[in-house]
Amino acid sequence: MERVPLEGKVLSENDRLAAHLRARFQAHGVFCLNLISSPGSGKTSLLERTLESFSPHERVAVLTGDIQTENDAIRLRRFHFPVKQITTGGTCHLDAKMIERHLADWRLEDIDLLLIENVGNLVCPSSYDLGETAKVVVLSVAEGDDKPLKYPSIFFKSDLMVLNKIDLLPYVPFDVQAAAENARRIHPGIEIVKVSCLNRSGLHEWLMWLQERRRAAKAMHQAVS
Amino acid sequence: MHELGIANSVLQAVEKEVARHAGTRPCKVGLRIGELAAVDQDSLRFCFEAITRGTELESLQLEIELCPRRHRCGICAREFTIEDYNFRCPQCASLETECISGDELELAFLEVEEYGACTAGRESTE
Repeated sequence: MERVPLEGKVLSENDRLAAHLRARFQAHGVFCLNLISSPGSGKTSLLERTLESFSPHERVAVLTGDIQTENDAIRLRRFHFPVKQITTGGTCHLDAKMIERHLADWRLEDIDLLLIENVGNLVCPSSYDLGETAKVVVLSVAEGDDKPLKYPSIFFKSDLMVLNKIDLLPYVPFDVQAAAENARRIHPGIEIVKVSCLNRSGLHEWLMWLQERRRAAKAMHQAVS
Repeated sequence: MHELGIANSVLQAVEKEVARHAGTRPCKVGLRIGELAAVDQDSLRFCFEAITRGTELESLQLEIELCPRRHRCGICAREFTIEDYNFRCPQCASLETECISGDELELAFLEVEEYGACTAGRESTE
């Protein structure tokens, strides 16, 4: 019997493609976000509110993933930015290959901000790097405030937690402070914004975070190139 | 649910490695999986057995080493394992600690034997 040491990550093929995408995004100064949440937490609503806040000159594009239907792309196309639906046909997450394939006929030169809406799932998407600049996790107050403890991986890997549906707080037993503490137990540096996509409260804070991060990424891009 | 894809990636890596060792067949593959990797061990074992059943890799065993979350203190450089989400350094009580491991999803090793030698199946060794 011989034991051969193996090196490398199990998902090395995905990681290789993701690294390639990341390099392309950096070369073209594309800021890319990977939005992850359970189904129904409001990723699409957050994107709707985000897109409607942009001037038509913004160079924004959206990839939106679901197992079936074009519904999200139809919702998001109303804002006249390029939107593509990725239907995975059963796969519970997006992977780097899907992103690469769906970007094939877009010119990255024309995109400053790429928003990727992952398949609704708090578990699997956290294992698949898409080459994004940052991951953002969306949690709604209609879920449990202990979600960060139950699904630590995605809260650990996300730069920002968007706490959505805060308009429902008077009606649900959700403890905002406990949710924030739980998220910080997993990831002490995670940033948190509280929003309602329905009554639009807190959206300014989310848009400021986005703007700030884009500015920082742009400054870094210019410093390098 | 993504454990099936992970099991497939492991098999691909095994097949690639086996091709470099003519006249042998793989008996056991080792993985390192961190507690932050969002991989369910039972589900991964189930998928792994499902996709190897009835193939020449049917007797391939899967060994999983679970890796705890570990932090390094930014003040005194002590490295320690995190229990119950307590990030405080046990040596100097600083909270300025950073995560250094715990999200592994890595291949560790492959055990190969010459043809004919590797007869112990999965069932008989468990």
